[in-house]
Parts: sequence; C-alpha cells; structure tokens
Amino acid sequence: MTTYLLKRMALVIPTLLGITLIVSLSVRFLPGNIVDQLLGDEASFVNPETRAAMEARFSLDQSPIEQYVTWTGDLVQGDLGRSLISGRAITEDLKARLPVTMQLGLMGLLVAVIIAIPVGVISAIRQDGPIDYITRSFAVVLLATPNFWIALLAITYGFILFDWTPPLSYSKPWDDLGGNMRSLWVPAIILGTHATGSIMRVMRATMLETLRQDYIRTAWSKGLRERSVVMRHAFRNAFIPVITVIGLQIPSLVGGTVILERIFSIPGMGNYLLNSIQQRDYPVVQAVVLVTAFVVVVTNLIVDVTYAIIDPRIRYS
Amino acid sequence: MQLQNAANNLSESASLMAPTAPWPRRAAKSLRRFVKTKPLGAVGAGIVLLMVLIGVFSPLIAPMRYDDFNVRDRLLGPSWDHPMGTDEQGRDVFSRLIYGARTSVLIGFGSMLVGMMLATLIGVTSGYFGGWIDIIVQRIIDIWLSFPNLIFVVFVIAIFDRSTLNIILVLGILVAAGTSRLIRSSAISIREMQYIESARCIGASHWRILWRYITPNVIPIIIIGASVQIGAVILTEASLSFLGFGVPPPFPSWGRMLQESQTQMINHPTLAIFPGIAVTLVVFGFNMLGDALRDVLDPRMRGSR
Repeated sequence: MTTYLLKRMALVIPTLLGITLIVSLSVRFLPGNIVDQLLGDEASFVNPETRAAMEARFSLDQSPIEQYVTWTGDLVQGDLGRSLISGRAITEDLKARLPVTMQLGLMGLLVAVIIAIPVGVISAIRQDGPIDYITRSFAVVLLATPNFWIALLAITYGFILFDWTPPLSYSKPWDDLGGNMRSLWVPAIILGTHATGSIMRVMRATMLETLRQDYIRTAWSKGLRERSVVMRHAFRNAFIPVITVIGLQIPSLVGGTVILERIFSIPGMGNYLLNSIQQRDYPVVQAVVLVTAFVVVVTNLIVDVTYAIIDPRIRYS
Repeated sequence: MQLQNAANNLSESASLMAPTAPWPRRAAKSLRRFVKTKPLGAVGAGIVLLMVLIGVFSPLIAPMRYDDFNVRDRLLGPSWDHPMGTDEQGRDVFSRLIYGARTSVLIGFGSMLVGMMLATLIGVTSGYFGGWIDIIVQRIIDIWLSFPNLIFVVFVIAIFDRSTLNIILVLGILVAAGTSRLIRSSAISIREMQYIESARCIGASHWRILWRYITPNVIPIIIIGASVQIGAVILTEASLSFLGFGVPPPFPSWGRMLQESQTQMINHPTLAIFPGIAVTLVVFGFNMLGDALRDVLDPRMRGSR
C-alpha cells in the first residue's frame, strides 16, 4: 500500500511542474507582446521608460527560464501576483471565490450521485423492464442536453410559471445558510445533469456485469433474499469501477461551473475567469487556470487513493 | 485482444455474405444488419446524415441568408414567412438555425479529424517505442488532461484569436489526449504480435512498421474514439459560443443564438427553444451512432462509457 501511494504521489510532481510551466509562459504566446495587447491603440504614445517598466512587470526582460523560476518561486510562497485592474492580491480574491465554486461543484456531484446510483442499480436489476427503458432514455437525453440551455429554460419558465427568479445577491453559507442554498440549489441540480447521465449508465453496466458472475448465482442458490444479493454481494463490487467514473466527472463539473456561475451570477472562479478575460487581466486568468488544473490533479489523486483503499486488487498489480 | 474481437466481428459479418456479391449489395446487407441490431444507432446515423446534408446545402435550404435583417420585422412570432419567428435584429431564426448546423458539423468533424490524427501519431509512437519515450509522452498527456476542457479552450482562445480554425485546432488537441491513451494501449498489445516480429525480421523500418502494420490495426479504436467524443465536442463548441468565445459573428452558431436570446427570453421564449432543441438533437444523434459503432466494433466496451 505504501509503495503504491508513494508511486502515485511521485506521478503528481511532474504533472504539477508541467502545469506551472505552461501557465507561467502562456502570456508569451500572446500575438505580439502582452504590453502591446494591453496598450492597444495607445502603444505609440507611451514613452520607452514606461514601456520598459511594463515589460519588466511581465518579466519580459527575463529569459523564459528565469521567468518560470521567479513565477514558481512566488507561487510556492502563495503569491500569485496582483490583478492589473483592481490591484488586489490575486490570492485574496481566490480565497473568496474558490470555496464558492467548490461548494457548487460538490453539490452538483452529490445530486448526480444521489440520483444516478440507485436509479442505475434499479435499472440493472429490472433489465429491459419499463423502468429500465425510461431511465436509460432519460440518461441518454441528459447527456445530449447543454446544461446552459436547461439553465436558460429554468430561469425563463421559473419566472413565467412560478414567478421564481434566482436571488440577485449571493450569501456565504456561514452568514446565511438558507440564502446560500437559495442561490445554489438550482444551478447545482443543472450542473449535476450530465454527470447523472454518465454515472447512471456506468452503474447500470457494471451492475449487469456483476449480476452475471458465478458468486451471485451462488448467493441466489443459497436462498438469500434479493435485497441481500443485490446490496451486499453485487452492489459492493459493482460500485468500485463507478468511483473512477465519478472522478472523471470532476474536470467537466469544474468546466460546467464556469457557464452556470455566469448565468446565475454566482461569484465563483468561473465568473472571475470570464470577467478577467474580458478585461485582459492576464495574471488573474493565469491564476484561475492554474488553480483549476491543480484541483483536478488533486481530486484525481484522491480518487485513485480511495480506489486503492477500497479495492485491494489495485494495490498489488 | 480487443482488436481480435473486433476483427472476428467484422469477418463474421463478412462471411455471411457471398464473397462474389457486388459491393453495393454487400453494403446494403451490412446496413440492413446494422439497422436491425442497432435501431437507436440507425436513428442516430439518420440524424447525423440529415445534419451533414443541412450543413453542406444550407444556402439552398434556408429561405433567407443568415445575416439578412429587417428592423421592422423584429421579434416576430412564428408565421408562414418566418416558421420560427425572427430575432432581436429582425433576422429569420429558421434560416440562422440551418446555417448553424454548418458551424456545428464543421467544428465537430474538423476537430475530430485534427484530434484523431494527433491521437494516432502520439498513441502509436508512444506505445510502439515504449521505454523513456513512452514515460515522457505519458507525463505530457497527464498534464494535458489536467486542464478542465472548457476552461482550457477559453484560456487558449483568449490568448490567440477566436477564428474558426483556432477553435477546431484547440478542440482537436483536447480530444486527442484521451484517445491517444486508448490507441497507445492497443499499440502495446499489437507490438507483441508475431507479424510485427516477422516484419522486423525482413528488415522493415520503424516508420514502415508504424505506418503499415500498427496504424491500420488501431483504426477501429480511432473510429470509436471519434464517434463517441464528437457529441461532446459539439456541446463544448455551443458552450464556447454561448460564452462569447465561439465562431466570430455574424455567422450563426446555436450557442450564440441561445446567448442572444437571453435578453428577450421572458417575452419571446421561442427564441431560446429552437436552437436548444437543435443542439440536443445533433448531440443525441452523434452519441447514439457512437454507442452503436462502439458495440459493433468493440464488444468488450459494450455498455460502458
């Protein structure tokens, strides 16, 4: 177990280094030069000293390697630079926004798991029955529907039919839990739709496969009740591969929050990213991309470790 | 193993037909078989075919051009002249929807082409050479897969220009990572086959082995990879356009039509309904076709996703 953990941890290091490399040097790929981009038409009116100062600010006077080392050095000390627009430290802004996105993402995942797991199991044990057909078609349609469209329809018809509008102000969960839930419950359900479709399909497939195993036949022939066979013998084994699929949903959930935060005006990472792209606030854009990639790496690590703890076969292979 | 199964499956369906039958009859026969065993896949194929035709012939089908506008006819409801009404600028929604199919189909197929070529190149080389090359390439793929799709695309488009070509390239690069893993693992198993050994004995170069012996054998994986992911790519394009990073206006994209409908939603909800249905339908079609193709080409992956 320890060897497996160490090996798995060791794989994370080159990934994190690579991510920082790409993100830190990305501004160098801007067409022309970041200073020209920021100045726009006014580039010709700026005197050379100011320009040199601006270039130094973006480390353009350094070689890419120096720039990377400085940037990563600051990063390790928790310094992601300052916003070009507000002048605030980006780390402070992220501290306020990251929990919002994580809460929304986790709620979305929770909705997906709560719906998809039982429905997938029922669909498998009643294979080809009416419930199976209905839920399978439902899953397939969920996978094809853009979540931002569902969000638009929810807002439109929520207003037309129920006179409901999403709350305009967002409140932190520790200030006003009720208000916080009022802003997040609808986007969380919509965020969960895609994941629900995928998890449901995989749960059904692995459950069907497990139910055909010999030890399940043994369990039936011992005269065990259906509940016992399904829950204690089949489900426990069928659920293991589903954990991986749940882990695979994390990047798309993080991506999905971007669009839903914009529609429901939730002050999370997604809105922060889109606003800073519009304002050409490149340090903020870099920081948000970096943090989301780190979140994905860490969650993948957690999923793999959980998997190894639950299923001893993984550790020894 | 996977490939053997796929090959068996293919030869099984081939042996059912008389070897001398002319190809149109053989094709018709396998088509009938596909429709019979995979009705949903056939429905998906129908939707996909329809969308491709609409995309290719959109100037002939659409009653108006996508940028024809008439300010007097703003925000009309559905009528004979405008089957789906008009938008905020007085443009015919039906015509824009038809041209929108062009955007979706072009970006879907274009990025798949880029993505699958890249995935094959990376997967086959990484799997065949193994060793240090494989370790390094796989760590790069790890990095590649750590960026959430939508965020990565938005990031790249923000840095470079948002032209149709750039969008196709970025989306293609994104799908390549996952598929290259699948191709790599099957390239590893093919590498150990005897015919590769014999090719090496007669002095075939690495390049020749990669191109003539390994690549043809991973084609089923490429087809599966492409057909299963194309729906997701079309969804990403729609999200991108919705956020304002898609194909530059005035050319219509369903995602942007939805974004533009936002301001008028309460009074004109139909504006948001048709483009949404269009996206859902085309993604549904591609997903169904992809699932069916996967079942036919690779029985081992049946039912999983």
